[in-house]
Amino acid sequence: MAARNPVTWLGSPTFPAAARTALDDSQLRRNLKHATGTIRTKRAAAVSELDDWEQLRLAGEAIKNEVLTRLDTYLVQFEEAVTARGGVVHWARDAAEANQIVLRLARQAGAGDVVKVKSMATAEIELNEALQAGGVTAIETDLAELIVQLGNDRPSHILVPAIHRNRAEIREIFRRTMPDVDAGLSDNPAELAGAAREFLRRKFLTTNVAVSGANFGVAETGSVVVVESEGNGRMCLTVPETLITVMGLEKLVPSWRDLEVFLQLLPRSSTAERMNPYTSVFTGVTEGDGPRQFHLVLLDNGRTSTLADEVGRQALRCIRCSACLNVCPVYERTGGKAYGSVYPGPIGAILAPQLAGDMHDPHAASLPYASSLCGACFEACPVRIDIPEVLVHLRERSVEAKGRSPESAAMAAAAWMFGSRARYEAAQRAGSLARFVAPRGKLSHLPWPGSKWTNARDVPVPPKESFRGWWRRNRG
Amino acid sequence: MRVALFTTCLADTLYPNTLRATVRLLERLGCEVAFPEEQTCCGQMHYNTGYREHARSLARRHNEVFHGYQAVIAPSGSCVGMVSELYPGLAGTPAPTYELTEFLVDVLEVTDVGAYFPHRVTYHPTCHSLRMLGVGTRPHQLLAAVRGLDLIPLPESESCCGFGGTFALKNADTSTAMLADKMRQVLGTGAEVVSAGDNSCLMHIGGGLSRLHSGVRPVHLAEILASTEEDPWLPETR
Repeated sequence: MAARNPVTWLGSPTFPAAARTALDDSQLRRNLKHATGTIRTKRAAAVSELDDWEQLRLAGEAIKNEVLTRLDTYLVQFEEAVTARGGVVHWARDAAEANQIVLRLARQAGAGDVVKVKSMATAEIELNEALQAGGVTAIETDLAELIVQLGNDRPSHILVPAIHRNRAEIREIFRRTMPDVDAGLSDNPAELAGAAREFLRRKFLTTNVAVSGANFGVAETGSVVVVESEGNGRMCLTVPETLITVMGLEKLVPSWRDLEVFLQLLPRSSTAERMNPYTSVFTGVTEGDGPRQFHLVLLDNGRTSTLADEVGRQALRCIRCSACLNVCPVYERTGGKAYGSVYPGPIGAILAPQLAGDMHDPHAASLPYASSLCGACFEACPVRIDIPEVLVHLRERSVEAKGRSPESAAMAAAAWMFGSRARYEAAQRAGSLARFVAPRGKLSHLPWPGSKWTNARDVPVPPKESFRGWWRRNRG
Repeated sequence: MRVALFTTCLADTLYPNTLRATVRLLERLGCEVAFPEEQTCCGQMHYNTGYREHARSLARRHNEVFHGYQAVIAPSGSCVGMVSELYPGLAGTPAPTYELTEFLVDVLEVTDVGAYFPHRVTYHPTCHSLRMLGVGTRPHQLLAAVRGLDLIPLPESESCCGFGGTFALKNADTSTAMLADKMRQVLGTGAEVVSAGDNSCLMHIGGGLSRLHSGVRPVHLAEILASTEEDPWLPETR
């Protein structure tokens, strides 16, 4: 039996249960409302500046679809190009294999510590935990990722993993965990960033191995692209002697020209910037410049089986921008940790269960239902992933996996009732009898599962006469 | 013009006033309204909850019932979205189906329907009207021409109210949190009427406002547009 895929966190409660706890956290609600509201407004402005935004989205969708359609060809082309430029390519079927490869490479380089560029792929496979178990300490160098790591916390957002924290909380984490931190550290963001800079600078200069993810891989040239905002990633990619990049195998684009599309789509969608601050491109090994050794780990971990699903495969177009999280009304209230995966929000609700690949797991099966299907995610997605469509599709898979249940019996009964006019009208007449127990035309208490509605909302009772009754009486 | 009324099972059963208003409005604008009595439910609940085969059989049934009509109209963005956007991939091309405001503004080319509604109103645009159908400003164009109506913009109007069909039961707590924010915005406008183009969203928002005895009443847009000085809107009695 294959090892459990860590893309969903072990022991996570189902989404409704986790959400219940999150919803009562007033500080979390305030932090999220503020952060998502701010980035939402900025993104809308950044996107509205381009009059060809819709064409860019279509182009992004088309390029990614092309890659996914001929992924085998592009992967081989990419491997050949990386190898030709002095890189070493490793293939990892799952998280366990990828972690073993990285640990082995780190040990071969004699590393006790590795510095890390912010990366979703390595978070997905829980690389830090695996390295730690093997005696190697991973140091996150992205500021938000560092806050999560020092706080012994979980990430709650793809781009801003510490979005659930405000600056007062961050100050407390730094004061508690950073050696030699200034005792008078305030919660001024510039001071906090300064403290992190000092802490990290020492690590950059003393660590010989870096681990990164990849935003894009160019099949044509074997180039890897890392997009980040702080410059800490650039330090990792250039200073250490050994660089190990873990890249999901769907991250390819065919050619250099295609990057032009994504380097417009990604910054505007994620950070609402016109241009990304630090875009690092590296191709194999270059004499006298940057790392002496370059290893690339191509990660499957559920991607091939996701690709086999005709509806669900569009999730593999994702460029991890987080726009869907920032516009999602569910995410805005529950935060990311309620999703129980490194991939939260709307994209997480379709990506995590597919990568995990087991709809019999109650937690994974609950994720596709963590949406009101309002469609804000699809509207914001720069590569036009129809997230509501995939959510509904995965709900079907969840229903299939569950088999017979009280819900499936109720749904079958409702379908049977709606299947005939006579049965539907009989049900209407029966429902209308509720008016005798609800003289004001509404009910405030229904038995379970209706209580889930009436706990917070009244429900109208059917009036004496349905519309069709009135029509027959007046027009029939 | 001869049109068929797609009542939606929710409005037929719970909100007949909305449908009577829709008939009255369409007839006032010169349409001949037919009501195919075999119709029941479009299957949206089954579809969105993951019961595709049940949804498919209800969708096929719906397509048969409305086969041959040139224009099918419903006062519901989500039910029309189900039929016009999702039926083609599920049960085959449906008869041309319009959400009420789309039909009024695009087909009848009218924005002033001669309505009178002397109330302070705020409008929730509803997600499926907004994002699935893209009705845009059509409801606002129609409301702007209603005499006596004082339209107060709803802040964060494009945020979902938290209904989402079975979402309101399966994720009742999150749904309630979304509803709380929506109600806060509605109450902040000082309007006595919250309107929308979809009774399902109004059932949700109105159900919360009713629980709080907030004094704000949900009224479907069709009822506002049907109301005239000669025959003004009156609150529904059950």
